Amino acid sequence: MKIEEARNHHQIDAVIVGAGLAGLRAALEVAKSGLTTAVITKVYPTRSHSGGAQGGIAAALANVSEDSLEAHMFDTIKGSDYLADQDVVERFVNEALKTVYEFEHMGVPFSRTKDGRINQRPFGGHSQPRACFAQDITGHVLLHTLYEQCLRHNVLFFNEFQVLSLQLKDDVCRGLVAWDIRAGGLHVFQAKAVLLATGGYGRAWKVTSNAHANTGDGVALVLEAGLPLEDMEFVQFHPTGLYKHGILLSEAARGEGAYIVNDAGERFMKTYAAAKMELAPRDVVSRAEQTEINEGRGIQGQDYVYLDLRHLGKEKILTRLPQIHDLALNYLKVDAITDPVPIQPTAHYSMGGIPANLNTEVIKNAAGQAVKGLYTAGEASCLSLHGANRLGTNSLQDAATFGRIAGSHMTDYCRRSAFADLPAKPLESAQAKIDRLFAGGKERHAAIREELQVNMTRNMGVFRNQDDMLKMLAVVKELQDRYRQVGVDDKGRAFNLDLIEALELENLLSFSEVIVEGALARKESRGAHFRSDFPRRDDGNWLKHTLAWRRDGKIVMDYSKAVVIYPQYQPQERKY
Amino acid sequence: MAKIDIHVNILRYQPDSDEKPHWQEFAISVDDDSTILDVLNEIHWRHDGTLAYRRSCRSSICGSCAMKVNGRNVLACETPIHRFGRKLKIEPLSGFQIIKDLVVDLDPFFEKLRRIKPYLIVDNPLPDKEFVQTPEQLEQIGESTLCILCAACSAACPSSWPNSEYLGPAALLKAYRFVFDSRDDGADDRLEIVNDKNGVWRCHTIFNCMEACPKKIKITEYLSRLKLKVVENSL
Repeated sequence: MKIEEARNHHQIDAVIVGAGLAGLRAALEVAKSGLTTAVITKVYPTRSHSGGAQGGIAAALANVSEDSLEAHMFDTIKGSDYLADQDVVERFVNEALKTVYEFEHMGVPFSRTKDGRINQRPFGGHSQPRACFAQDITGHVLLHTLYEQCLRHNVLFFNEFQVLSLQLKDDVCRGLVAWDIRAGGLHVFQAKAVLLATGGYGRAWKVTSNAHANTGDGVALVLEAGLPLEDMEFVQFHPTGLYKHGILLSEAARGEGAYIVNDAGERFMKTYAAAKMELAPRDVVSRAEQTEINEGRGIQGQDYVYLDLRHLGKEKILTRLPQIHDLALNYLKVDAITDPVPIQPTAHYSMGGIPANLNTEVIKNAAGQAVKGLYTAGEASCLSLHGANRLGTNSLQDAATFGRIAGSHMTDYCRRSAFADLPAKPLESAQAKIDRLFAGGKERHAAIREELQVNMTRNMGVFRNQDDMLKMLAVVKELQDRYRQVGVDDKGRAFNLDLIEALELENLLSFSEVIVEGALARKESRGAHFRSDFPRRDDGNWLKHTLAWRRDGKIVMDYSKAVVIYPQYQPQERKY
Repeated sequence: MAKIDIHVNILRYQPDSDEKPHWQEFAISVDDDSTILDVLNEIHWRHDGTLAYRRSCRSSICGSCAMKVNGRNVLACETPIHRFGRKLKIEPLSGFQIIKDLVVDLDPFFEKLRRIKPYLIVDNPLPDKEFVQTPEQLEQIGESTLCILCAACSAACPSSWPNSEYLGPAALLKAYRFVFDSRDDGADDRLEIVNDKNGVWRCHTIFNCMEACPKKIKITEYLSRLKLKVVENSL
């Protein structure tokens, strides 16, 4: 073996891809057991997009109201439009309190009640004030705290590495191959257990709250490895994206009492969700907003409405919602204390992702057979906790709780397993991707990405229909063809952003086809997937999860029934 | 929104071909409400794909895109070009080794964090539920937890430039954040670590860090309180 090859070959018990909340929480769990644990991340860990979450983390602590695990469970299931798997929701609510107390014991600076308990605020779709929060920077402080804990427990960090292939053979994951962004060059990571915690896939849309990094890399790797993806058609549009930018303005604003109004100054949610008003779940509010805009009641007839915080007063805005105030001021020059803030729906959260069982093991078919040594958690995964629509503040809780569960199962698995041999020529497929882009043709990745994003926002938004989706399918296929001719300007090895963006684009194009195919096939409206041509939920035919594979260049699908266990949580009409 | 023509000077360094950094000018047309990050994306996506820079959240929370624009350290994503007029001069943060173009090596910056034991240290058994911490106690550390580790402060600190061993404002602020946390029992340890010529005494209250901080954290003030605590603790 050549010297460089030896240096670039790592043998590590548990390798975790992604340094957001799910990845770091899993890493912490494994590292505490004394196993060697590495986190591979394409940005420095504290840059991960969990830090962008603002409003809170859900747990029925009952610090400021009566609350119960059953209520949290019911709200989550109803919020999911009954597609959530009830065994997963049950596990989730049972672990949620522990997760929050653990965070507090690690030092998270939660906002407090007068008597020094963790404070909680209302959030959309939750029947009680259940969001434990730190001002409006909850994700930021959770992320930094976990990073600090990982430093304490000697987690190895491979910062600025892009994963390019999974090493799978005979249904056993044996490691992965990643490109060292900073220095250039491929590294082989041989591992007993691999966790994919690569986050969401919102970057396929033009108007999105997602970070540049949220290109669904883990999701695309799984598809490429011949494994299925689940429920990819369910993508949440957040109702309060900063106009034109799509940047998130937390639902915490509405939790604190902000209004959403149309051009006539009406709180139009009274027409759509008279009981819950602005605190209806996000799918409901986004549809209401888009309807107002489509019917000409946007501000001055344009494609936005207002988020109005003015009546909250300066003190509440600056102490409870300082980040929201800064964002509106910096990006739109609007002072939320004196003026309403222009907003529009923005692609936000990926309910779909990599299918996994309750133990976070990746599964390969509708029968639930697991791939050994391969795990997933957080937004990249689909367990399915959120079904067709996630409630606000359930995502941080999901990432942290199932991150910990993943870490625990990975620890057990690593202890009873030996390193499995890597497949022959592990570098081959990764090297081919790089070589092709360096050799490359005339197409530019930036132009293709722009076309994909603009068309996804136009055709795969809050309201969908068959014609738009068929158009989108044609666009994706054409762009996939053109991608084969993409070349990069930058032929250097060190910090080649051009190369990384081109690699990410391949991922965007790959899973976008699955989103469209899944949405076309699902002839009903449920949660965040709303079809104008099939506007009703159809439990008889569609109370089931989509599983989609790429086989011989085509997307093929199978379905698995949603797990409905309890009589009190049977599907019923969903009203707010 | 209208298009305007701007001149952007960027300090370039391509490690594979350049011996040392050099300036390159781009004359481009952008929307007048563009941010610095929009300008960099425009250049990178449509003019010169070899340009390297870091960015992720583009909403002022991830801390990736701190850089120097017309002499000031800013987050590129949240900074509108109209703050600077039609001539922009963009360069990497000072005091760090350049990897490529606007990308600097931040490993030394993150390594310094480790030195101050950046985690809550609790001696007594943990409570069943949360620690009780009053809003007043939280207030002591609240602002310091806003830090996004973008390194704009360290890059603006004249005490940091000549001395790579100096902990610098970000790590010291993190020390403050834990020393003043009512739940923490690790203060003695940490105060000993920062009570050093490369610790808190290397801060000469120049206030550059505060001016550079995109989160407007009163870093110098907190470092002064940390100094006071070191003195109190050693009496």
